[in-house]
Amino acid sequence: MARTSAARQTRDAIPVPDKIRVAMVVNGMAVQLDVAPWTTLLDALRDHLNLTGTKKGCDHGQCGACTVLVDGRRINSCLTLAVMKDGAEVTTIEGLAKDGALHPLQQAFIDHDAFQCGYCTSGQICSGVGLLTEGRATSDDDIRELMSGNICRCGAYPNILAAIKQTMGRS
Amino acid sequence: MINFQYVRASDVADAVRQIAADPNAKFIAGGTNLIDLMKEDVERPSRLIDISRLPLKTVEETANGGLRIGALVPNSDLAYHPLIEQRYPIVGSAIRAGASAQLRNMASTGGNLLQRTRCAYFYDTATPCNKRQPGSGCSAINGLNRGHAILGASEACIATHPSDMCVALAALEAKVHVMGPAGERAIAFADFHRLPGNTPHLDTNVNPNEIVTAVELPAKGFAANYTYLKIRDRLSYAFAIVSIAAALELDGAKIKEARLALGGVAHKPWRDAEAEAALRGQAADQAAFTRAADVLLREAKSHAHNSFKIELARRGIVRALTQAARGTPQSQSNKKVL
Repeated sequence: MARTSAARQTRDAIPVPDKIRVAMVVNGMAVQLDVAPWTTLLDALRDHLNLTGTKKGCDHGQCGACTVLVDGRRINSCLTLAVMKDGAEVTTIEGLAKDGALHPLQQAFIDHDAFQCGYCTSGQICSGVGLLTEGRATSDDDIRELMSGNICRCGAYPNILAAIKQTMGRS
Repeated sequence: MINFQYVRASDVADAVRQIAADPNAKFIAGGTNLIDLMKEDVERPSRLIDISRLPLKTVEETANGGLRIGALVPNSDLAYHPLIEQRYPIVGSAIRAGASAQLRNMASTGGNLLQRTRCAYFYDTATPCNKRQPGSGCSAINGLNRGHAILGASEACIATHPSDMCVALAALEAKVHVMGPAGERAIAFADFHRLPGNTPHLDTNVNPNEIVTAVELPAKGFAANYTYLKIRDRLSYAFAIVSIAAALELDGAKIKEARLALGGVAHKPWRDAEAEAALRGQAADQAAFTRAADVLLREAKSHAHNSFKIELARRGIVRALTQAARGTPQSQSNKKVL
């Protein structure tokens, strides 16, 4: 379905904007990057900072593979513009281990074999860390519900649940 | 994605000035709906005005015993806010029924109201859609319309409004505060969203040069007898096929005051004064609930694939009113419907 030529002309008339300087703290390190307004946080992490642990699945906020923590809260980085996060503190899967030791939830995913192909795993773990920080899950049903924004097509859900429970100290 | 300019608003007045200066500009806050639609080439703003840093993030009690919720309060913060949990649990319940934890962390209160009423054809730029391109036709009306409207639709559009939070806000008779060049005004929730008529490209009655600043809840929160019951194809993270916000004020076994709003059935959250009137003064029993459901659905009209929604809505209304009357609201964690 063709757009009206008027709409197309309107769009073409917009001058290409200069890149915008964005400063963030990513995994504890201060970074500056120059991005176009339409660069998502996901693309900034993967393509500008070479942090490819965060995955692009659907690119529409439906699968959760792109989940990262921004100022401690889990969000979909594919639906976030990098320019809007100037000054933010971002944690990706690469930033969860401390001093060579895996984050307890990373270790729990290994202990419980909570993945098969692994593509959703970094999003699952970042989302799970967000869930633990929020502290609102008190039952298996709560965990399942609060992890529903992360899809695993291999179907590792029972093991993901077990890994999160272990980390909550209720295994 | 498309080419656009990015600017930040320094305060609410600046946001109003900037939106008035460019008819193709849009505000961005959480971005969960707008960025998605921009990636699909459905929304094509020339300029995004970032309002996410404006000081509209507080929840405050009002002088008349209500609550004023800043437009930029994230959905997740609102859902678990102590005053919402104590006095307006139907709002928290409805929010928790929608989207995912990540999206609720991003999405704002005002943005939830302003998300587009939509269907799959609205997203599909290869098909006609009167909402996306006025006058091009409706692909859903003779297409795949299992999830579409059964109330208040028109020949031009049968899409549904996907919000859960807004269904609860409709039931509570919230007000929406907006700021424009002429100052602030308040819009009754029933008048905020529009039915499609011949102008389905317009979802709300907010003027293009106005910004939503707050949602105000009245004092009455129906915290004792309420439920938000959402029926969907999978147990979580899916739009409603039918959802029901039911709130009752009981006087012994009789209904003193009733509120009933439905989601997933119309272009806007659907509230029906006649159905509520049919409950008032009646015994809180199945007969009264069934009568109210019949009244609410009296003009329901199905399309090729969604006739089941009328009966589903009827049963859902009765079940929701039963849950509300018993004081046993639907859990948004264990989804078993009791």
